[in-house]
Amino acid sequence: MAEFWSGYALPGAIIVAQILVIIVPLLGAVAYLTLAERKVIAAIQLRKGPNVVGPFGLLQPIADGVKLLLKETVIPSGANPVVFVIAPMLTFMLSLIAWAAIPFDLGLVLADINVGILYLFAISSLGVYGIIMAGWASNSKYAFLGALRSAAQMVSYEVSIGFVIITVLLCVGSLNLTEIVLAQENMWFFIPLFPMFIIFFVSGLAETNRSPFDLPEGESEIVAGYFVEYSSMSFALFFLGEYANMILVSAMTSVLFLGGWLPPFDVAPFTWIPGPIWFAGKIGLCLFVFLWVRATMPRYRYDQLMRLGWKVFLPFSLFWVVLTAGVLMATGWVPR
Amino acid sequence: MNGQLTTMLSEYLPILIFIGIAGGLALVLVLASLIAGRQKPDSEKLSAYECGFEAFDDARRKFDVRFYLVAILFIIFDLEVAFLFPWAVTLGEIGMFGFWSMVVFLGVLTVGFIYEWKKGALEWE
Amino acid sequence: MIIQALAFYLFAAVMVAAAAMVISARNPVHSVLFLILAFFNAAGLFVLMGAEFLAMILVVVYVGAVAVLFLFVVMMLDVDFAALRQGFLRYLPVGGAIGLILLAELVLVVGAWVASPEAAVGPIVPIPDPARVTNTHALGRILYTRYVFVFQGAGLVLLVAMIGAIVLTLRERVGVRRQVVADQIRRTRAESVELVDAPKRGGV
Repeated sequence: MAEFWSGYALPGAIIVAQILVIIVPLLGAVAYLTLAERKVIAAIQLRKGPNVVGPFGLLQPIADGVKLLLKETVIPSGANPVVFVIAPMLTFMLSLIAWAAIPFDLGLVLADINVGILYLFAISSLGVYGIIMAGWASNSKYAFLGALRSAAQMVSYEVSIGFVIITVLLCVGSLNLTEIVLAQENMWFFIPLFPMFIIFFVSGLAETNRSPFDLPEGESEIVAGYFVEYSSMSFALFFLGEYANMILVSAMTSVLFLGGWLPPFDVAPFTWIPGPIWFAGKIGLCLFVFLWVRATMPRYRYDQLMRLGWKVFLPFSLFWVVLTAGVLMATGWVPR
Repeated sequence: MNGQLTTMLSEYLPILIFIGIAGGLALVLVLASLIAGRQKPDSEKLSAYECGFEAFDDARRKFDVRFYLVAILFIIFDLEVAFLFPWAVTLGEIGMFGFWSMVVFLGVLTVGFIYEWKKGALEWE
Repeated sequence: MIIQALAFYLFAAVMVAAAAMVISARNPVHSVLFLILAFFNAAGLFVLMGAEFLAMILVVVYVGAVAVLFLFVVMMLDVDFAALRQGFLRYLPVGGAIGLILLAELVLVVGAWVASPEAAVGPIVPIPDPARVTNTHALGRILYTRYVFVFQGAGLVLLVAMIGAIVLTLRERVGVRRQVVADQIRRTRAESVELVDAPKRGGV
């Protein structure tokens, strides 16, 4: 019995506590990201944004959450109920579990697996399922069209994300996320791999269905795309999932290109600030760009979107993979 | 060997637990709103969204074959990326031969890509 | 150790159940979704064996790409699956015979299989020490050098697949107006703007 407590129950409880330490701040960040989005866009458009619920509208996300919780869950009569309910849950789950492999500081990572970046790539390639399942299960034309567009779009940009990850790996020589960050101690990768950094970020916008690539939910043509038929908490799960994915893409950008938890200069005033704060700051910066882009750019047309993915990003990132490898081979800088 | 495997697996245990907790949380949220919200369905509420009239036919229908083509091309490029992963991490060990072997592989696929481009498979109308 | 065993039985049981559902589910979309579940559990089993790279690639390629295509096909192809099932009994003898032949062939192959004499001597490539080498490294070390011809063969197969997909699915449509960005940019004021001196007060 004693062995059970010390061998299984205690480590299990520690793991659960660690997971909660990740999930709770993450959900808080997601909630306040929705507020930040409205505030930032309002500021860009010279408006005030939400300012009624609580001081500066700070309680707005909570009010929104409670409202959605109390709404009626509508499952359309023509829908396939099981798949219809599972789809948002899947989206939400996937956006959370990816965080298991993200390192917040040296050694501060829930699951320090050898194939960390591949794990993130795998999880992000699954995101398309929540959308296809929702679009099919709703049995509604708008949802169906939205899901179809969204699936083709995510799939197209996934390829260039893969190539960009390869270029980073060439400079690191490991799939472990902690080692990817440590390899950037001298120089963050966004300097030598600047074009890849841009491609990664733009593909991230497309992968999370954010503006200017938000065609799947283009409200002027197909109402809200794949989640037209959703209401109440199942809608909220899609919403939370989408915003959690934004934070995830920002975190991946920080880990791959902006040196993760590392301070920009390895000298005194910068090193006083702990790693996780640097990491959060970099994520915040990326998120601001997400919102900034949304407030600034008009939406792409579908043929333009596909052309950008297949005819610009794909050949260019493939070329950069070969170029980076060639330069590393020629100069003998390949990590061993 | 066995000890190594166990340490590796102990890194995966949190992921398994995480999947369980995330799934549980999603389920709890949906169930909570089912209980907390007032459920009063009627046939209009439950019909699929349309612009004011009844839906004519089933929403699930045939669509443009281009979407299949995109999916197939994606599989091919995804496999290419899968082949690149081990290459990228071992480039320092496999040397020039490994480098050129991958360049030839990518060259073959670039031929396919150019064919695709010229044929107009990447055009979207 | 106990957790490992429990995880194995969990993955294995779910996988077998999901695989059974793949062939017994009435709705083809449900079949594909169960297939995805089975892939997942297979990935879990790979991890339990220590093959983490293979597990992730299974998820990336099979779940993330191949199953998406399957889903596209069964969701949106207008096949009346109920009608397909009608002929089940009629085709049962033929199908059963083919199944039996395949089974017999498998038995013959497995029965006649002997380990190659080379393998008995010991592995030609030294098995790397798992304490220092991850299995991604282990794969990368031999895949591109020792197995270069197999690797290039895989590349050619992918090329054939690419060309085949295009030949089979690509249909030219007539009368489609495409955007040519270069033409749009090359346009000058002279060829696109014209000043017209319209008569005033004349009405239409």
